[in-house]
Amino acid sequence: MSEINADMKSGGFVANRVSLAQMQAGQTGKIVRIDGGHGMVRKLDALGIRVGKKITKISAQWMKGPVLLQQDNTQAALGFGMASKVLVELNARDEK
Amino acid sequence: MKILLMGNPNVGKSVVFNRFTGADVIVSNYAGTTVEFTKGSMRIEGQHAELIDVPGTYTLDPTCKAEQIAVEMLKAGDVVINVVDATNLERSLNLTLQLLKRKAPVIVALNFWDETKHRGISIDVEKLERILGVPCVPICAVTGEGINQLVERIKDAKSSAFKYDEKERWHEVGNIVGKVQTITHRHHTLLERLGDASVRPTTGLPIAVVVLFLAFKVIRFIGEGLIGYVGEPVFENFWAPLMLKLSGLLGSEGFFHDLIIGQLIDGKIDFGQSFGLLTTGLFVPLAAVLPYVVAFYLVLSFLEDLGYIPRLAVMVDTLMHRLGLHGFAIVPMMLGLGCNVPGALSTRVLETRRERFIAATIMAIGVPCAALQAMVVGLLGKHGLGNLAIVYGTLFAVWVLLGVLLNRVLKGESPEIFIEIPPYRIPYLRGLSKKIWIRIKWFIKEAIPFVLLGVLLVNILYTLGIIQFVGRITASVITKVLGLPQEAVGALIIGFLRKDVAVGMLIPLGLTVKQLIIASVVLAMYFPCVATFTTLAKELGFVDMLKSAGIMIVSSLIVGGVLNLILPG
Repeated sequence: MSEINADMKSGGFVANRVSLAQMQAGQTGKIVRIDGGHGMVRKLDALGIRVGKKITKISAQWMKGPVLLQQDNTQAALGFGMASKVLVELNARDEK
Repeated sequence: MKILLMGNPNVGKSVVFNRFTGADVIVSNYAGTTVEFTKGSMRIEGQHAELIDVPGTYTLDPTCKAEQIAVEMLKAGDVVINVVDATNLERSLNLTLQLLKRKAPVIVALNFWDETKHRGISIDVEKLERILGVPCVPICAVTGEGINQLVERIKDAKSSAFKYDEKERWHEVGNIVGKVQTITHRHHTLLERLGDASVRPTTGLPIAVVVLFLAFKVIRFIGEGLIGYVGEPVFENFWAPLMLKLSGLLGSEGFFHDLIIGQLIDGKIDFGQSFGLLTTGLFVPLAAVLPYVVAFYLVLSFLEDLGYIPRLAVMVDTLMHRLGLHGFAIVPMMLGLGCNVPGALSTRVLETRRERFIAATIMAIGVPCAALQAMVVGLLGKHGLGNLAIVYGTLFAVWVLLGVLLNRVLKGESPEIFIEIPPYRIPYLRGLSKKIWIRIKWFIKEAIPFVLLGVLLVNILYTLGIIQFVGRITASVITKVLGLPQEAVGALIIGFLRKDVAVGMLIPLGLTVKQLIIASVVLAMYFPCVATFTTLAKELGFVDMLKSAGIMIVSSLIVGGVLNLILPG
């Protein structure tokens, strides 16, 4: 998992890659990779959640419960396992 | 001509359907309300046309059973009305392009047009129409705006010449949206903030507790109010004197009299105990159960239309995973609290056979329907709320335990939750009242014939001595294991037909509070009523239904036996 949390330079600002599960509520970022199987990618794709899209994490339930994200005008909840497989490049200004 | 209504889940297809046909289809604010297609007929320029409300799907590449039904339906249609969420153009167009690719004649209806204004979205409809090459009509289905224009333009629906590379579909969608849609910034509305608060754990859990508590309070308040101020007075003051006269005319006794009026208790009609077709047979469904059914559906329908159910699904997801399900399985459970039949049907929102089996089985065992609950509350409630708490607590514990067990025993794993969370919408009064009315009508139509049949059967079985006979055979189980009198077997026989009549049969037996608790729990668990049974057999298949029924019988005997051992008195 070296890629996750690995800082990288892009376009003059430091970007940070984390999984959707690791994102803090309120953070925004761009999906850079989805590591799930074909079925999962297809399901996410049907709702418009795919590589290149900007998403905002709204909340996460305790005890590895589902993660809620906003993408355009769509909100979706997905399980923690699925959220761990969605890799997001955080917006620089949202970093804490 | 066959017209299909197709689109993503929760974009208002069923509202459009109701508008077009004047038909009665249940509409809610969450994905998967329509799990079965519904047909209706309408007239277009004097021509008869068949309209089909297809379950919602995000893609023509199906991911669950409801979506499969949608894709199969596509072959049968002459025209597709593609209902689109105008506030979610990008996602909706993904399906639109797939429909265009199939060369189906399409007309696009842009629903929630009014909401786009609040959300700072503006869409150039003419440009969209030029790009897609099919008619596009903005509508607001709940208010009926744009519906006439939509009907007028159905004849213009055509298959489009629009071409794109399947691999580049999203890219293409993005291009189109970029060309036709402009978004202006705006602040979050109160409803949106409330929406977010009800899925954040720190605020969401207290909100869930308050919502469920209030729901319970309101249901009891309305249910009891309707029974106390409407149901009972009408039956006692108007119906009872009439029935007493009829009783006199029929000679006050004899088989026919007892069938129609039932036994007179101290020369009077006792709607709980007389057990005649026109006395208890009408009192139970109309005065004892209907008030709670009305109250329950009022509250459930409000929560559905508001959009709370998917948020509740998120909040309970972690618990549901222990039962081999995910949060959205709360939908069959909530519907099951009204009636187990729609509960069983809605298990189709779940992806795998394993989940559907677990959900249907624990729903049929641990989720008592409104009819049973109304009778149990009426019978046990007067002995103190603590007794009701034991019944509900036991059923809940069984529901959880059985889910955990099935999750351990059954092979395979259950998928994770993945659902769309719709925005909160203030329930539209006309839509809401229509939905409640549909459900009440359905209850009356389904319940009354079966209640009457149940009462008829009770009388016949008693007269022929069959209940007494079965009572003697099963005496050891009924009396030793469950601690109930032999005669209670009658309730178990009739419980297969209607659970409310079955509970009613306990009234004349003069059971102790302990026996009432055991009988209520066993009646809730031991077997589904015939309507639920046939639905389950259809949904699960016969073999799985038998397995499920086996689990019900065994677990109800165990739980009833344990209660008999541990409860005092």
